[in-house]
Amino acid sequence: MISDLSPQTRRDLLTMIGRAGGGLAMYQAMTALGHAAETQFSGPPALSGARAGASVLVLGAGLAGMLAAYELTKAGYKVQVLEYQDRPGGRNYSVRGGDKIVEVGGATQNVAYQPGNYLNPGPWRIPHHHRTLLHYCKAFGVELEPFIQLNHNAMVHRKDAFGGKPQRYKELAVDFTGHVSELLGKSLNAGALDSTVSKEDKEKLIAALREWGALDGDLKFTSNLNVSSRRGYDRAPGGGVNGAPTPSKINGLSDVLSSHVWTQMSFYFNYVMQTTMFQPKGGMDMIGKGFYKQIAKLVRLNTKVTSIKQDDKGVAATWTDTVTGKTGVATADYMVCTLPATILAQLDIQVSDAKKAAIKAIPYSGQVKIGLEMKSRFWEEKYSIYGGHSFTDQAIGLISYPNYDFFKDKPAVLLGAFANGAGGYMLAGMTPEKRIEAALAQGSVFHPEEYRREFMNGASVAWSRMPWILGCCGMWTEESRATHYQNLVSMDGRIVLAGEHASYYGCWMEGALLSSLDAITRLHQRALAA
Amino acid sequence: MGAWKQDGAAGAANDDAVNRASGATKRRWLLALAACLPLGVAGFAPATAQDTAGGTTNVQISAEGKQVYEEICQACHMADAKGGGGAGAVIPALAGNAKLADKDYPITLLLKGRGGMPWFTEILTPEQMAAVVNYVRGHFNDYHDIVTVADVKRVATGPAPKRDCLNACGQ
Ligand SMILES: Cc1cc2nc3c(=O)[nH]c(=O)nc-3n(C[C@H](O)[C@H](O)[C@H](O)COP(=O)(O)OP(=O)(O)OC[C@H]3O[C@@H](n4cnc5c(N)ncnc54)[C@H](O)[C@@H]3O)c2cc1C
Repeated sequence: MISDLSPQTRRDLLTMIGRAGGGLAMYQAMTALGHAAETQFSGPPALSGARAGASVLVLGAGLAGMLAAYELTKAGYKVQVLEYQDRPGGRNYSVRGGDKIVEVGGATQNVAYQPGNYLNPGPWRIPHHHRTLLHYCKAFGVELEPFIQLNHNAMVHRKDAFGGKPQRYKELAVDFTGHVSELLGKSLNAGALDSTVSKEDKEKLIAALREWGALDGDLKFTSNLNVSSRRGYDRAPGGGVNGAPTPSKINGLSDVLSSHVWTQMSFYFNYVMQTTMFQPKGGMDMIGKGFYKQIAKLVRLNTKVTSIKQDDKGVAATWTDTVTGKTGVATADYMVCTLPATILAQLDIQVSDAKKAAIKAIPYSGQVKIGLEMKSRFWEEKYSIYGGHSFTDQAIGLISYPNYDFFKDKPAVLLGAFANGAGGYMLAGMTPEKRIEAALAQGSVFHPEEYRREFMNGASVAWSRMPWILGCCGMWTEESRATHYQNLVSMDGRIVLAGEHASYYGCWMEGALLSSLDAITRLHQRALAA
Repeated sequence: MGAWKQDGAAGAANDDAVNRASGATKRRWLLALAACLPLGVAGFAPATAQDTAGGTTNVQISAEGKQVYEEICQACHMADAKGGGGAGAVIPALAGNAKLADKDYPITLLLKGRGGMPWFTEILTPEQMAAVVNYVRGHFNDYHDIVTVADVKRVATGPAPKRDCLNACGQ
C-alpha cells in the first residue's frame, strides 16, 4: 500500500523503521530524532493478529496487569484477569472518607476525610518524562494537574540545627550557595587552583561565582539587598513612602552546614525528581480507574490466586473467592503474572528453578504514609506555602502540602509522613492511633501553633502490613541483577512475569508499564511462533 | 560499605553518619568499620542515619533487644511475633520458630535478607543485631544460648548488600 511507504507522522516513520530494522534500529532512529534518551517507550505496541481463540490469563489488576489485558485484548486475545482485592489498581491507590484500611493483624481504620479529600498512600508524583504513563493517561482521559515538587518557601528541619527551629529552604539554599561560592572564589583568587584551572577559565569562574552565589564586589557573601532578592527580606519591598525594603540577615557557614540543606538541593537534581511533575486530578487511583474502565468486564475481583501450573497445552491458576469461599481453576493458553514477588515467592508455581530463585531474591522496602485532615489550610494562609515538601530528620521524613483546592475555606488533607528506613519501620510497628500521634508530635515542629489545633482526623498506610503485598517495592542489588534479573523476566514455557519488580525502573508506575509492554510483546511473538 | 540510598535523597549516608553520629554511635560505627574494612566483610552503617525522600532522617534506635524488636521488627513480624498475611503469602512468625534454634540463621537474615525481607546492615549495628536476636530467641522461643557481637561478625562474610538505585528508588 502506498500509505505504508509515505509516513504521515514521526510515529508512522518510527513504526516503519521498527518493522524494517527491529528495536535497535528504531532506537537509533529515535535518538537521531532527538527524543529517545529519556524513555524506552516508543508508542503503544503494534500487536495484532492473535490466533483465533488464543487466550491469556492475567494475574493481578495493578497497572502492569491491566495494561497487559488492554493491549492483549486489542491484539485479539481472549483475556481474563484475576485480582485478590475488591478494587482494581493495586499500589495505584487513593484513600478517601468512608474507606476501610485493614492491616495484617486486623487493625482497621475507618477513614473520615471530608468528601473530595484524599491521601495517595503509594504513588503520588509523575515525572514529565514518564511517557508511557502519560500516554495512557491521555488515551484514557485521566486528567492531570501539576504536582508541586520544589517549593522554595517550604521548610527544612533538623533536630540539631538552628536549635531545632525549621528554616525556609530558600534561605538555606541561597546561604549554602553563597558561602560555597565565596570560599571557592577565595581559593581561586589565592591561586590555590592555578595548576588545575586556566587563566581564562578562572576569570569565567569568578564571574560565575559572583552571579551564582550573589557575592558582592569583593567576592564576599554578605547580608545585603541583592542577596535578599533571593532569600527574602527582613522588610519586604512595598509602595509609597515606606516602600524601601530592608535586607535579611544571612546565616553563618556552620549553621548552614548543620542543616544539611545540600541533601534537599541535590534531591531536586535527581532525574526522576525534577520539575515538571504531575498528579491525577481527584486522586492517584484515577489512573487505575481509567485503565479499569477499558477492561472491567475481563476482571474477576475478590479472587485470590493460590497456585499456578502449566504444561505444553496451557496454563492454569487455582483461585478462591475471598467473599464466597468458592474455588475454581482458570485456564488459558498463556499467562502474564504481575503478582508482587513477596506473594509469588510463597505460591505453588510451576516455573523453572532459576525463575523460582529469582522470585525469592527480591526483598521489599517498607514505607509508611500518613494523611492528616486539617480544618484549614493554615500553611497557605499563615506561611505562604502552596504545595511542596517540608523535610525533617525525624522518623516522618517530611510533610507535604496538598496540590489541589488552593485557597479554599474547607478542610484539607496534608501528608503528615512519608517515612522509610528506620523511621518507616518504627511507624509501621505502631498501632494506627499511635502513628497519628507520632505524626502530630513530629510534624508540629513546622507549624507549632496550628498543627494540633487544626487537626481533625488521620489515616495511615503501612506498606509492610498491606496483606496483598507485604511491602512497598522490590529492591535489587548489582549482584542480584547479575544473577537473577534475566531469569525473572524470561518467558518460562507459557508464563511471563511483569510488574514494577521486573524492570530497571523499580518503584515507579512507569516501570510497571514498561515491564508489561515488554512482557506482552514477547508473549505475542511466542504465541505467533507456536 | 553497606550504605544504600533508600530513596531519592542525595548525600552519602555513610559520610553523613560519621558526621552526625553521637559519640557512642560513632564509636560503634568505627568499631564496625575497623572490623569489616580490612577483611572486606559485611559493612555496618550506624543505626541512626537513613536517607529518605529528600533528606536524611536521624532516628535513634535503642540498644536493648526488646526495644529494637518493637522499633524495627514488629513493623512486619507484628507485636506478638506471629507474623501474618492474606493474599496467599505470610510474613513468617518468629514466635515458636524452629529455624531459630540455629543462632546463625537469624543473624544471616539480618545481614543478607531473604525472600521479601531486606538486609538490616544500614539500620542496625552488630550490637543491636545481637541484642534483638537474643530477645527473639529467648523471649518468643526457648533458646537461651547467647549470641554475641563476635557471632554477628563471624557470620558477616562478604560485602553487605547495597541497593541499586538507578531511579532514586522510587519516591
Ligand atoms: C509508598 C510508595 C510510593 C510510590 N511512589 C510512586 C510515585 O510517586 N510515582 C510512581 O510512578 N510510582 C510510585 N510508586 C510505585 C508504583 O506504585 C508501582 O511501581 C506500581 O503501582 C506497581 O504496579 P504493578 O502492577 O507492578 O503492581 P501492583 O500494583 O502491586 O499490582 C499487583 C496486584 O496483584 C494483586 N495480588 C496480590 N496477590 C494476589 C493473589 N494471590 N491473587 C490475585 N491477585 C493478587 C494485588 O492486589 C495487586 O492489585 C510508589 C509505591 C509505593 C508503595
